[in-house]
Amino acid sequence: MENSDFLDFVYNFSDSMGKRNAELVYKGEISHQVTKAFTSLTETSMLMEQEPNSVQKKVFHVIVEFLQNISKHADSLETGEDRREGSGVFLLCKDEENYTITTGNVMMIHKKDAIASILEKINSLDREGLKALYKQQIKDGRLSEKGGAGLGFIDIAKKTGNKLNYSFVQLNDEYTFFIISSTISRTQLSD
Amino acid sequence: MEVIKIVGTDDTPSVTLDVANEIFEISGRSLPEDVAMFYKPILDWLDRYADEATGSTVFNFKLVYFNTASSKMILDILLKLEEIHESGKEVLIKWYYPDDDEDMEEAGEEYSDIVDVPFEQISYSLD
Repeated sequence: MENSDFLDFVYNFSDSMGKRNAELVYKGEISHQVTKAFTSLTETSMLMEQEPNSVQKKVFHVIVEFLQNISKHADSLETGEDRREGSGVFLLCKDEENYTITTGNVMMIHKKDAIASILEKINSLDREGLKALYKQQIKDGRLSEKGGAGLGFIDIAKKTGNKLNYSFVQLNDEYTFFIISSTISRTQLSD
Repeated sequence: MEVIKIVGTDDTPSVTLDVANEIFEISGRSLPEDVAMFYKPILDWLDRYADEATGSTVFNFKLVYFNTASSKMILDILLKLEEIHESGKEVLIKWYYPDDDEDMEEAGEEYSDIVDVPFEQISYSLD
């Protein structure tokens, strides 16, 4: 890449981030340490903004759950030595009204229908329905080998009070790119 | 019985299980890298305690944050306490939540609906 091209890219990238109110963008391996770094950075910034405690906790929770999903479930397009499971992209955006947390990761295509149907179900439920589904899942669900309890998306929808936005971008016959986004209102939620 | 005393970190809770001093408490933040590994000694301890418990057990939960993987482990702890209660021994769960934290209050309500054991909700101020 030409040097000036690269510097243009950096400028345009920064400009795009600004236009989309992106505060934090990351692409790469999601480890426990990376999760802790992002939650800690975000907490510090929310403290400075004097966000209500409940907003801080919800943002913290969505970051933890989304990143944990990637570290436990993300697949890799590469094979052999280049294979890096548990990688993805993470964006934290903030405007006047909302925080929006978005992640994207490579997923094997055969998992798509199961994920899409649980997300459809979650988005079709009201608060009471989500509480019931959460209770059922925590009682019946077993902790998977990777330590997931199958509760993350349900709990996020329940706590934020907002639908989960998601899509799949097909990469090839075997893999799809799964994008999911959660919005947290910066004003106190009213029951 | 041996005493369990775990000092909390920014991602693991403080835990005290001390029969002699009648302290049973879990507090702080819970989002361990490996939840099953963190909670196993606690659940094993409770299994042994179930056989040996004689007096009443007041178990304090004073968590400020837990992730969903931990929420399943917390239910497992509560289910063990339910067993102890069902065997005729006195058990009381005290679920503390910060007074401005409706999600932690609701988590307590949900657990108290799921397990059949005396359950008290207590709000406190962080200031």
